[in-house]
Amino acid sequence: MNVTIVDYNSGNISSVINSFKEVAKDKVNIEVTSDLNKIKFSDKVVLPGQGSFKSCVDALNNISGLVDTLNEFAINNKKPLLGICVGLQMFADIGYEETETKGLGWISGKVSKIDNQNGKYKLPHIGWNQISIVKDSKIFKGIENNSHMYFVHSYEFLPEDKNVISATTDYSSNIVCSVEKENIFGTQFHPEKSDKTGLKIIDNFINL
Amino acid sequence: MLKRRIIPCLDVKNGRVVKGINFVDLKDAGDPVEQAKIYSDGGADEICFLDITASNENRDTIYDVVEKTSKKCFVPLTVGGGVRSVEDINKLLNCGADKVSINTAAVQNPEVVEESSKKFGSQCIVVAIDAKKNADKWEIFTHGGRNNTGIDAIEFAKKMEDSGAGELLVTSMDRDGTEVGYDIELMSKVSSMVNIPVIASGGVGNLDHLVDGIKLGNASAVLAASIFHYGKHSVKEAKEYLDSNGIPVRI
Repeated sequence: MNVTIVDYNSGNISSVINSFKEVAKDKVNIEVTSDLNKIKFSDKVVLPGQGSFKSCVDALNNISGLVDTLNEFAINNKKPLLGICVGLQMFADIGYEETETKGLGWISGKVSKIDNQNGKYKLPHIGWNQISIVKDSKIFKGIENNSHMYFVHSYEFLPEDKNVISATTDYSSNIVCSVEKENIFGTQFHPEKSDKTGLKIIDNFINL
Repeated sequence: MLKRRIIPCLDVKNGRVVKGINFVDLKDAGDPVEQAKIYSDGGADEICFLDITASNENRDTIYDVVEKTSKKCFVPLTVGGGVRSVEDINKLLNCGADKVSINTAAVQNPEVVEESSKKFGSQCIVVAIDAKKNADKWEIFTHGGRNNTGIDAIEFAKKMEDSGAGELLVTSMDRDGTEVGYDIELMSKVSSMVNIPVIASGGVGNLDHLVDGIKLGNASAVLAASIFHYGKHSVKEAKEYLDSNGIPVRI
């Protein structure tokens, strides 16, 4: 099996690579590339993302044909795709970080700045927070409710259809931190930095 | 609920840990990778490496350490010390660091903070502020605490937030190494001045000091080095102590 981590200059993806390689050992081939053909023919795709919504969308668009290839992979062929952090946020129609930017439009909704309640809550939301699992998601197999995950973000995904939400976390409000829509999975937290529980989620995705 | 973090810090010189945990069952007490692994297995919320390598020719040793550690530890790894440029930050991130802390360069050339946070995202840019009290204000020291810049630390903290820093690592030079506790007044002043998380550092001698840093200093995270050395306290003990004092931690 081939799992491809999309390398599209979205910032630091070393930790994502390291964690997937740790979990995959020699059983699964982990490819890190922006090669469209390799993405097309892989079994699963991971879409990481760090920095701003706009910078990640711009970086995707900078690689000619990449968005089309991802659309074909996830929407037409319905193969499993996992978005992490801004990778998840880009599923939305639109994001408001820096400036209004169009997303991939895979899951209707928008990405807005977390309401810090007039400075009562610090942003970014950095650190370990517990996830409240609201829907049985395949990537949460063997993950206990209220497990701790590592977060670092200032923006949140607000999907229109609440049925896609698989977990939320409690900060200044109830923040969507995981989604599942058919073959599309996303986590706002960083499984690659969430110690053993995070690696378990990666393992679940690889074993889908 | 967001948990308060405990961050053990390891001083690394020429690729080797200075002081450190020194457990009897350690195969190699000077190996930063092995020590970081013990911390992360013990429940450390993050790991911090401070590179104190003095000579330029050995500076590359930290890259190797970071690369090896990031393949073994799956909690966030912050690396600081000697970070001068956007290129230095890029190299550390590529080796597997999750965050880079910038000290002297942030004071001498604040554009480094602005540029790197735009390029890599605020989430990986930590500005380290070393401050010392002088009369009624705190002044910034650079070059590992040797140079007094006269710059007001509280104002500088605000400036760094505006420049795009994701977190501030605030060290009291008066307290560092004294084991009498954090400079609570400094921590709470910085914390109330900015809306980004503040990591308290400098002066921890016992577990109560960690509690004070959070409860009184309003720090989002507490960094400590020597209380974890030679097995004086484990990270687990520290977390249980915070928990018993009503502080939310990841256990």
